[in-house]
Amino acid sequence: MTSLPLLSLAIWVPILAGILVLLTGDDKNAKTARWVALAGALIAFAVTIPLYTGFNFTDGGFQFQEGHLWIPSFNIHYHLGADGISVPLILLTSFTTVLVVIAGWEVITKRVAQYMASFLIMSGLMIGVFSALDAILYYVFWEAMLIPMFLVIGIWGGPNRVYATIKFFLYTLLGSLLMLVAFIYLYHQSNSFELVDYYRMPLAMNVQILIFLAFFAAFAVKIPMWPVHTWLPDAHVEAPTGGSVVLAAIALKLGGYSFLRFAMPIAPDAAHYLSGFMITLSLIAVVYIALVALVQQDMKKLIAYSSISHMGFVTLGFFIFSSLGLEGAIVQMISHGFISSAMFLSVGVLYDRMHSRQIADYGGVVNTMPKFAAFAVLFAMANSGLPGTSGFVGEFMVILGALQENFWYAFLASTTLIFGAAYTLWMVKRVFFGDIGNQHVAELVDVNQRELLILSVLAILVIGFGVYPQPITEMTHATVNNFLEHMATTKLPVGI
Amino acid sequence: MNNISMQTIYLLIPLLPLIAAAIVGISGKVLPRSLAHVLTILGVGGAFGLSVLVFLDVMKGHIFNGTVYTWMTTGDYTFEVGFLVDQLTAMMMLVVTFVSLMVHIYTIGYMHDDPGYRRFFSYISLFTFSMLMLVMSNNFMQLFFGWEAVGLVSYLLIGFWFTRPTAIYANLKAFLVNRVGDFGFLLGIGMVLFFFGSLDYATVFQRAPELADIWVSVVPGTQWSVITMICILLFIGAMGKSAQVPLHVWLPDSMEGPTPISALIHAATMVTAGIFMVARMSPLFEISTTALSTVLVIGSITALFMGFLGIIQNDIKRVVAYSTLSQLGYMTVALGVSAYSVAIFHLMTHAFFKALLFLGAGSVIMGMHHDQDIRNMGGLRKYMKITWITSLIGSLALIGTPFLSGFYSKDSIIEAAKMSHIPGSGFAYFAVLAGVFVTAFYSFRMYFLVFHGKERWMEKKHDHHHAHDDHDHHHGLAPNEVPHEQSWVVTLPLVLLAIPSLAIGYFAIEPMLFGHFFDGVIFVNESVHPVMHELKEDFHGAQAMALHSLTSLPFILALSGVVLSWFFYMKRPDIPAYIKSKCSLIMYVLENKYGFDSFNEKIFAGGSRFIGSKLWKIGDVQLIDGLLVNGTANLIGRIAQRVRRLQSGLIYHYAFAMIIGVFLLLSLFLLLSLFMKV
Repeated sequence: MTSLPLLSLAIWVPILAGILVLLTGDDKNAKTARWVALAGALIAFAVTIPLYTGFNFTDGGFQFQEGHLWIPSFNIHYHLGADGISVPLILLTSFTTVLVVIAGWEVITKRVAQYMASFLIMSGLMIGVFSALDAILYYVFWEAMLIPMFLVIGIWGGPNRVYATIKFFLYTLLGSLLMLVAFIYLYHQSNSFELVDYYRMPLAMNVQILIFLAFFAAFAVKIPMWPVHTWLPDAHVEAPTGGSVVLAAIALKLGGYSFLRFAMPIAPDAAHYLSGFMITLSLIAVVYIALVALVQQDMKKLIAYSSISHMGFVTLGFFIFSSLGLEGAIVQMISHGFISSAMFLSVGVLYDRMHSRQIADYGGVVNTMPKFAAFAVLFAMANSGLPGTSGFVGEFMVILGALQENFWYAFLASTTLIFGAAYTLWMVKRVFFGDIGNQHVAELVDVNQRELLILSVLAILVIGFGVYPQPITEMTHATVNNFLEHMATTKLPVGI
Repeated sequence: MNNISMQTIYLLIPLLPLIAAAIVGISGKVLPRSLAHVLTILGVGGAFGLSVLVFLDVMKGHIFNGTVYTWMTTGDYTFEVGFLVDQLTAMMMLVVTFVSLMVHIYTIGYMHDDPGYRRFFSYISLFTFSMLMLVMSNNFMQLFFGWEAVGLVSYLLIGFWFTRPTAIYANLKAFLVNRVGDFGFLLGIGMVLFFFGSLDYATVFQRAPELADIWVSVVPGTQWSVITMICILLFIGAMGKSAQVPLHVWLPDSMEGPTPISALIHAATMVTAGIFMVARMSPLFEISTTALSTVLVIGSITALFMGFLGIIQNDIKRVVAYSTLSQLGYMTVALGVSAYSVAIFHLMTHAFFKALLFLGAGSVIMGMHHDQDIRNMGGLRKYMKITWITSLIGSLALIGTPFLSGFYSKDSIIEAAKMSHIPGSGFAYFAVLAGVFVTAFYSFRMYFLVFHGKERWMEKKHDHHHAHDDHDHHHGLAPNEVPHEQSWVVTLPLVLLAIPSLAIGYFAIEPMLFGHFFDGVIFVNESVHPVMHELKEDFHGAQAMALHSLTSLPFILALSGVVLSWFFYMKRPDIPAYIKSKCSLIMYVLENKYGFDSFNEKIFAGGSRFIGSKLWKIGDVQLIDGLLVNGTANLIGRIAQRVRRLQSGLIYHYAFAMIIGVFLLLSLFLLLSLFMKV
């Protein structure tokens, strides 16, 4: 056991850094704000690295635990811990924050300090979600995280940002309230907000189903699953690039992660009982959403729909209850973090220059931005699940896992091979290839050093984990085995 | 040589081209042009040299099957990257690296003035790496890696001239059609993993007989054999990559890419990946006669009907492309009749003579200043002697002239189809036989129109050169210009490819088909599929085979094809024109390529877009957003309008509401506690 409270550091370093950035004041000190934010993000990333290096690969339980009584009257604890599922996600969060800070460097000129601070604080809050083991602590982080995201879209967003933020906020809030009801019920039954107590608590089937559905309302919106997904395209379209990146790379994973942390282990029998329902929704997401993505005219909307379709693999992987499916889903979450970041950053690169996200406004970008086009094609290929990129690994595992459950699950899931390539590469064709589309495209300037740096780092990760995904799956083995064992044990009270 | 150093060599063979591709690709314009080809040729040349070493080593009986690294472990499964180097692999490595090397050298000339010079070399080296990983794989996952990687490079190279609308349409189409095949392929791999518990070739092949009698009910009420299902799913992948009907539609369009890659990727190597894969899977396919029949029928249809399309093409590259489709059909027929070694043999001879034909066509195209229409050519034999002779050798090999390489492989396929008795073999025999005539006819139609007869470019070039000067491609000869041979970098590969096109069949047929070359690699269940056994009994040496064929039906058919094309296009060009005008319906069908393209465009592409836009506009926008989301918001708004009236400001109204509220809440709690206790 390390003596440093690593998880607390991971949470509070970025939040404190964010406050420090806020202290730099208005845009007269924008330069200071940027450098402070970058330093803060780098330190915050650095403090999460020991979570990987110090991780015990054979331990399937919670590691790096910290526990203090927080609100004695309700028996609420400040209890943190991480396992093989959360550590990769925590690392992804702190890493993405660095990217976002660099990506907004000279693009954001108004309220720079507030912008940078929002992301730093959001990063800490999201790591809080990934590591809280007390239901109320978790809930606080979960809800608090909405505020900076709300601000990011609401202040630095596009023209239709008010509608998008309200839709985003109401959608997610409605779901979260039902989750809170579930927590309160569980507290009443156990007089505890400790997650581990919930894991042990026997629950009748009808109660499990209600609890599962309450959690479902919260998490399905976040992932998002069909049919509660329509907030995401709107939010993405209006969000600034950094907001989109965090939304796609991390915020969606909060939902996926929470299924594994709460809904499924607390109500395992209900999870099995409702697995057909969940798989159906996942497959609808994969097929229906892919077809919808095909006809989008707005690049960000297209990528947003593509995200929903890819997240369908995550939920599909969860509910086939096999290590192949589950580890595949986790790999898919991490990989989607890189690829969707890369895709949204690429759109950002274009948007910063042309101030348009419409596919029709482009054409032949490769002629003026050859370096950028090379990256874009690589990321598009990763988004289409090309072997050798990280996008392939998770989909491959989930499809193989699904096939062992039912041939037709795999059949429907595999259509992503065709549709995923169709919508991504068709967009690439219309935006990047062909003759120079118009005067604006002719005046484009290729990526600068800063953009090159971000895209290269992501490219290395996307290829790296495609060629060698073992580091991710290795981390998850013990946890996944524990999880599956837990899921295989019924929680129905004896004697009913 | 000891084991360690051999393993290093195995690793170096794919890595050398990869490293070269990476250096050239990443450094971009920083690198001098000459270094781009020097580095990649060193990489591929090194790979070729080492492949020769490996081949000699394998001939001594040293077969390697081992892991390079563990890609991933999960649950009970381990996924590895590893090499299987046996006779089949070693042969494929030689073919791939040799043709690739030739194409690399040729490219120096062909792409000489292209601004994408470095990029092109980087791509073809990357292709060589991918193809080597594909053939050297010892498991299904890495096979799929290579499979998709060659697809990626093919995509990049078809769209190499990315400003051309036709090129970027063709590369998207190629990728998507291949993905349809890969869809089946991936499901097949999934079935393999599920039923065998491993993706390792050796494990799977060893356990294959155990699964011969396992049936699954995929569609309720029906029982399918697992092995048949696996084989057909895997074959769907092969249909995509090896362009079998109906997934052949991408290959003719792929001619939009520069000619060197048409030779390397779309003739000699990548498109034969499907053939290679099925031959590699022979222990699985041998169990299922149903799967073999499917393979056979698809192959026969491709062999014959794609040949017909070759007759009406006027673009020099498209003629060769349709001939490639047809020849891939021949190979598939061979697979279907369990003559796997014959399929691989034809794959090898075809790789040489078809690469030769494509590079020859490229040389003609360069000579003609990027005019590809054979109607504008003619009489080129006087101006381009080396191209003429080598193209003649390639064409003769293609049509199966006795003693040339194509003869031995093609005649063996025809014989094998004749001897087979599995369902569909009757049609297959007819198809491959009729295909001989068709092949000879279109090949020599092209040959005569290009190299003999009137010099039509003399007349053509005057009205050709108006507005095209600013364009790099598709011009033609300038006035006062005659076609001319290119430098040695173009002609040397032609000569080096002409040698195996002439001779390799004669020397290789005995060991490859009837000797022990493929022992332990290709598995044939001779009691059920005795074709190879019967072929062997009829075989009395390469020379006897060639002499005997002079009186056989295929030779007569080929000869009459050549003679007829000479008569039609050299002597009486009015006859084909007359036939053309009389058979307008057939012409319509052929010119529309049997309607595959428009069907796919309308039904699949258009249908997906239609469904997608309906799902979006009706499902997302109207139902979910309109009715549910905004509808709820509106409903709440309307309720709020009503409820607002309750705020009357009168104390007794509020007091009354409070009492009612308390009452309702109490009843609710009561009900809830009752419900929870149940």
